[in-house]
Amino acid sequence: MSLTELLEGKQVVICAGSGGVGKTTIAAAVALGMASRGAKVAVVTIDPAKRLAGALGLDLLDNEPRQIDAARLAGVAIEGELWAMMLDPKQTFDDLIDSVAPSPERAAEIKANRIYRQLSTAVAGSQEFTAVSKLYELSQSGRFDLIVLDTPPARNALDFFDAPARLESFLEGGALKALLRPTTLGMRLFAKGAAPVLAALRKVTGVDITTDLATFFALLGGMTDSFGVRARHVDELLHAQSTAFLLVASPQAGPTDDAISFHQTLAEGQLPFSGAIVNRVHPLLADEPLPDVELQLAEKLAATLSEYRVLAERDQANLTRLRAALQGAPLLLVPELQDDVHDLHGLLRIHQALFG
Amino acid sequence: MATALLQRRLIFVTGKGGVGKSTVAMALAQVAARRGKRTVVADMNGAGEQHERQLAPDLFTLSIDPQRAMEEYLTVKVGGTAGQILGQSRIFSAFAMATPGMRELLSLGKVWELAQTRRRTPGADPYDLTIVDAPASGHGAALLRTPRTFAEIAKVGPIAGQASTIAATLNDRDFTAIVVVAIPEDLAVTETLELDEALQRERLNIDAVVLNQRHPDRFDEGDLTALRLLAAAPAARLAVDAEIRARLEAEQAARLEQHFGERLQSLPYLFKPELGAEELELLGRELDL
Repeated sequence: MSLTELLEGKQVVICAGSGGVGKTTIAAAVALGMASRGAKVAVVTIDPAKRLAGALGLDLLDNEPRQIDAARLAGVAIEGELWAMMLDPKQTFDDLIDSVAPSPERAAEIKANRIYRQLSTAVAGSQEFTAVSKLYELSQSGRFDLIVLDTPPARNALDFFDAPARLESFLEGGALKALLRPTTLGMRLFAKGAAPVLAALRKVTGVDITTDLATFFALLGGMTDSFGVRARHVDELLHAQSTAFLLVASPQAGPTDDAISFHQTLAEGQLPFSGAIVNRVHPLLADEPLPDVELQLAEKLAATLSEYRVLAERDQANLTRLRAALQGAPLLLVPELQDDVHDLHGLLRIHQALFG
Repeated sequence: MATALLQRRLIFVTGKGGVGKSTVAMALAQVAARRGKRTVVADMNGAGEQHERQLAPDLFTLSIDPQRAMEEYLTVKVGGTAGQILGQSRIFSAFAMATPGMRELLSLGKVWELAQTRRRTPGADPYDLTIVDAPASGHGAALLRTPRTFAEIAKVGPIAGQASTIAATLNDRDFTAIVVVAIPEDLAVTETLELDEALQRERLNIDAVVLNQRHPDRFDEGDLTALRLLAAAPAARLAVDAEIRARLEAEQAARLEQHFGERLQSLPYLFKPELGAEELELLGRELDL
């Protein structure tokens, strides 16, 4: 099955997979392929290689999709439109606060709060949270036929789904709101029986942090319900039939294990899985006699060939394992490219491998 | 002269995703264990076995789980009624786990505890060396910054105290080392250079860079000319591709060499279906430790 058929009717494509397998380039190639087939596509990348970003004209990091000049993509005719952006987690977070705050003054106060500043810049969690948040925002805008999301590097899929939920629940502050009620004196006990917990909390964390937290949640005030509503909408979007999760993997043992567990996580979460793309596969070579060259060169050739065969056989074995785990779901292969792939040339070659 | 790598008590191994951090961490651990150091590899990436598991004489592994680290911390460090109340409080647990950076701090607290000559955990034997299979570069840098951030936010109280202690430990070059693993590709090398900048801002130093997976470079110009005439033969095409790769790798290695000088070490690409104990040992022997 071709990728074009696989993505028929989809409005959101999420490229998931462990770090180092080429997710960003694959995401860009998928977006390019769909744009060349007439769709208006936006690709949201997390941390693209500088040369790829430069080649696409993405030197500007302003958190808004920019249209890629088709002239840059020599050799690929773009019937539709290709837009791309680099995610800026801090900016996305600030925009979110601006959009839900009842007044600009309140938004400014929140953005100046110490807890908020740490929250919005911590790498762990904020990339995941803001990636999904941006996806939702772009999807709501209705500006694009298709949005392709590259995801932050993670060893296991749970990180990607857990991190937004963790932050979301922190922002909703359900547990904490039951505990703390900010007053002019700082904070006061609210729920009966919470006194010892709060006392212990202060003892462990130090007073400063709890006061900061109380202030933070006081500032968020009535906004926390909006976060809850938003979280439900995002969840619906991730589960929608018009959303496709593409698993990106490479054919070594470790990344194959990771891909199998990613797939399982998607299945358990009942997320719409469309297929897997295995990057950097060494295709098997036919058995042919070595060319007739002088002895020394022949030995070097034989050594290179036998090394290659080890990798090709390793890849086949891992692909067999992955195929079995995917239970008939589509599996697309991108061959290993010897030259550096993190530039426009590499992107075009991967696009060629995926879309023909 | 800096303290030799294996003479320290704590080594963080980080680097871009997919470059072989776990492999290098295990190879280092094997060498240390062979030298009679009681060594533990603490995996911060996964959902592995949380109890210490012995792999070989003097070689242990465990997986760090923030939730469990918190329970341990509360029982042992806070203790008394407060520890009990918090340990049992689901509200507290939800709060702590959702607080940005708290998971990282708790995980680091556990790593710090493993590296102490006198363990906080009752009855636990001390390790001579704790090797941390740390998260990938971006998260790794944030992780190492966490204790300082906490120490600044929570000015008083046990967490602030603990965070300052951990921060000081991380900055102590006689105690802690940072090893960054890279592969000879543009992205990984760039990320390594950026990580060095980010760590220096935290006054943290990269002690060694391990350039993993270097492919053999065996064809000379004469070979290439001969091979190009045979381009129709798959083996010849393969050889030309391999040589192109080797030359690109040399360029990337030079970038690291220029920046890190003697701190740079290389490991060969192993053409093996999977890396087992034998391969780890081979890699360990290649490292100058």
